[in-house]
Amino acid sequence: MQNVDAMNIADEPKVNYLTNGFSLRSWLLTKDHKRIAIMYLITVSAFFLIGGLYAATIRLELLTPQSDLLESGQYNRVFTQHGVVMVFFFLIPVIPAILGNFLLPLMIGAKDLALPRINLLSLYIYWLGGILTLWALMQGGVDTGWTFYTPYSTTFSNTYVMAVGLGIFINGFSSILTGLNFIVTVHTMRAPGMTWFRLPLFVWANYATALVMILGTPVVAITVLLLAIERVAHVGIFDPAIGGDPILFQHLFWFYSHPAVYIMILPSMGIISELISNFSRKKVFGYEFIAFSSIAIAVFGFLVWGHHMFVSGQSVYAGLVFSFLTMVVAVPSAIKMFNWTATLYKGSISYDAPMLFAFGFMGLFLIGGLTGLFLGSMGLNVHLTDTYFIVSHFHYVMVGGTVLGYLGGLHYWWPKMTGRMYSEFWGKISAMLVFVGFNLTFFPQFILGYQGMPRRYAAYPEEFQVLNIFSTAGASVLGLGMSLPVVYLVHSLVFGKKAEANPWMHPGLEWRTASPPPTENFDQMPVVTWDAYSFGEESELDIEGARKRELAKV
Amino acid sequence: MQSNTWIPLFPDQASSFAWQIDYLYFYLILISVAFAIPIVAAILFFAVKYRETDKFATPDEIHGSTTLEIAWSIIPFVISMTIFLGGALIYYNQFRVPEDTMEIYVVGKQWMWKFQHGTGQREINELHVPKGRKIKLTMTTEDVLHDVFIPAFRTKADVVPGRYTTLWFEPTMTGKFHLFCAEYCGLNHSGMGGWVYVMEPDDFDNWLAGGGTGQTPVEIGKDLFNNRLGCASCHAGGANQRGAKLEGIWGTNVKLVNGQSVKVDEEYVRNSILNPSGQVVEGFQPIMPTFKGQVSEEQLVALVAYIKSLSNAQPNTAPMSNPAPATPASNTNTTAKTAAANSNK
Repeated sequence: MQNVDAMNIADEPKVNYLTNGFSLRSWLLTKDHKRIAIMYLITVSAFFLIGGLYAATIRLELLTPQSDLLESGQYNRVFTQHGVVMVFFFLIPVIPAILGNFLLPLMIGAKDLALPRINLLSLYIYWLGGILTLWALMQGGVDTGWTFYTPYSTTFSNTYVMAVGLGIFINGFSSILTGLNFIVTVHTMRAPGMTWFRLPLFVWANYATALVMILGTPVVAITVLLLAIERVAHVGIFDPAIGGDPILFQHLFWFYSHPAVYIMILPSMGIISELISNFSRKKVFGYEFIAFSSIAIAVFGFLVWGHHMFVSGQSVYAGLVFSFLTMVVAVPSAIKMFNWTATLYKGSISYDAPMLFAFGFMGLFLIGGLTGLFLGSMGLNVHLTDTYFIVSHFHYVMVGGTVLGYLGGLHYWWPKMTGRMYSEFWGKISAMLVFVGFNLTFFPQFILGYQGMPRRYAAYPEEFQVLNIFSTAGASVLGLGMSLPVVYLVHSLVFGKKAEANPWMHPGLEWRTASPPPTENFDQMPVVTWDAYSFGEESELDIEGARKRELAKV
Repeated sequence: MQSNTWIPLFPDQASSFAWQIDYLYFYLILISVAFAIPIVAAILFFAVKYRETDKFATPDEIHGSTTLEIAWSIIPFVISMTIFLGGALIYYNQFRVPEDTMEIYVVGKQWMWKFQHGTGQREINELHVPKGRKIKLTMTTEDVLHDVFIPAFRTKADVVPGRYTTLWFEPTMTGKFHLFCAEYCGLNHSGMGGWVYVMEPDDFDNWLAGGGTGQTPVEIGKDLFNNRLGCASCHAGGANQRGAKLEGIWGTNVKLVNGQSVKVDEEYVRNSILNPSGQVVEGFQPIMPTFKGQVSEEQLVALVAYIKSLSNAQPNTAPMSNPAPATPASNTNTTAKTAAANSNK
């Protein structure tokens, strides 16, 4: 029946999703997943900028051992706000809400997500949570650390814990709705012939992520709610003086927040699979293993939260189980790494900007993943936890992994999203600066951590200064590398060369429609007769067909 | 703290298990390098060897290989299990406190560390310990979470309000080592630290003798028990005894009115003082009032030390690990009644 609709649209005059109405109303009331994705792109980027400015402030403060740029109260708020903004308002939504939103329907041959109004609602919820949080930050901010550990957060902090907590609580619903939407969409909206094992791996990755989002996010919402009740009414959930347990908070918090790491990294892994395949023009090696390793990571990700608490007084035997399961998660991650490498074998590899980001991702994820083993091993964890080793590790995984995947994906799909080509030269420069800057910033922190520099310190002993100087120097390179895309991508919107429908000659469905796509995504309901990543001749003919249709429209 | 000569990138190995953690660390670095170099080499090699010669060429498809997939699942799994086992063994040693330890009480407070030795020596943000003796810290906090972290000893443990956590180590090198608070605790978190001084045992004994003007925890506890809190009126035995007998119960299991039994340890004694109706011993009425709000964490520590002393569980608080002479603490190994009588003199 959808076929019929698609046929009718095929004869209509061609407007793409960007030119389909220019009023504010046409954007704010849109149900088009692509427009919603663009609005996410703008606001999530704004939060990234805010979080980045906090990061720069932190690195400047740590240039010297004394707390001279910020006094310790200010420093505590700055690192807390850096964490809150980056984790909840950037890293978690960035790929699913922007690229997932934009691409999921296109990749499976659907006209939109299954629940378009819910999709718009999730954006509004994100804005509401974001505005509330920003308001709280401007009023004076919060100093509990992004983890909100009790009893400091419930009894001792005099900052805007409630407002920021409420912002995160509200924002969680955005995540839940997006996850729900993705799951329903993948189950019900696939085009004819788009079987589960023909899905692009980015779709698999988002599907696995969506499972984590709808199963995990309610727990953090409940945790924040309990925190609020405890703070206001002081009923004794977490307060040992009235029979509560401060460690209970940590269990609840990490039950969500460890899987949240996979909300950040899994979609990024999906992007990397797309990029490596596209730029070596090869089918992804071991497609099924990559798809199932995403699901395995999502499932096991729920069973390892206790590895954040090896020194908290948790029982030794619980610690053993959590340590064991943590080691098990290393296996599907290693599988992905091997498969990506094997995909390159006998490929036809080109070094376009997105591929450079993908190479950078592999390097950073390798280091981040391997250092995860250090922390999963209990004996070492005791020495390393709460030091800069852990700061470095989670930045490699969460930031290196997520941001490089995101930037790679953004560059790769930019022509599809905007209809413009960006400066390839500056794209490559940015990819290299980000990679070098990132390593220069965070690698010294592994050494600092083993030397024993604790995290969340505004002032530190002098012997740690040299490595901190390296780190701050690296941060400035990283900052430059991250700022460049803002300039050349925005520049491309006006001055960029017009993009073809399929600039990469890729067989995926998202490339078989115009750039930018029309509001309904496809002129004709696509029928899928090929497996994902079939760069063979048969599908190239189809691409030619798509290009001819495109030319006919002009 | 960077005084070791061979690699300046590591803190001193100043405790008996520091070398184990360093060896595990080297093992992991070795594995990481052994894993990363082939992968990175393969990526670079493929990227150069198979670089694009023809725009949008379509190389032969390779679908995958189940044999390879199984091999590169099993090998990482086996390696990760060796890492797990190594880490688990070390952790088990670190957290299983040996019998013959010298006990020091630690109370964390925003933003300082308060230490009290078995002889009554008190220190703030400085901890003196003898080399070559096993030391056990029994720790709690008056306010928020803190964490005792001594990088040179390769150990740390959270300090949690409302419970006692323990940490033990055996210093193997004299010197001055960093002590940090590693769990974020508010405004002056980065200022909440100090130094651990490891001394030769003789020097330590002199130091301990020199400044030992205060009462021992056992003496403070005894004073609280007999005089200031009036515990003795119910717990001191004799005809009027309305509370459970405390002599000889440390470390044993007592039966509760609800049929369960519980081991008498720091946690249980603390709970019984703060929340007496929670775990009433079989044969007694739940008539004891709560002392919550009336006793500070430091006083609780002293009461626990005293009650422990009633059961001759003394070696832990002895200031010297040499065959223990009669220390002030072990002198109190009498019944509470005579103890009470003594203190009333």
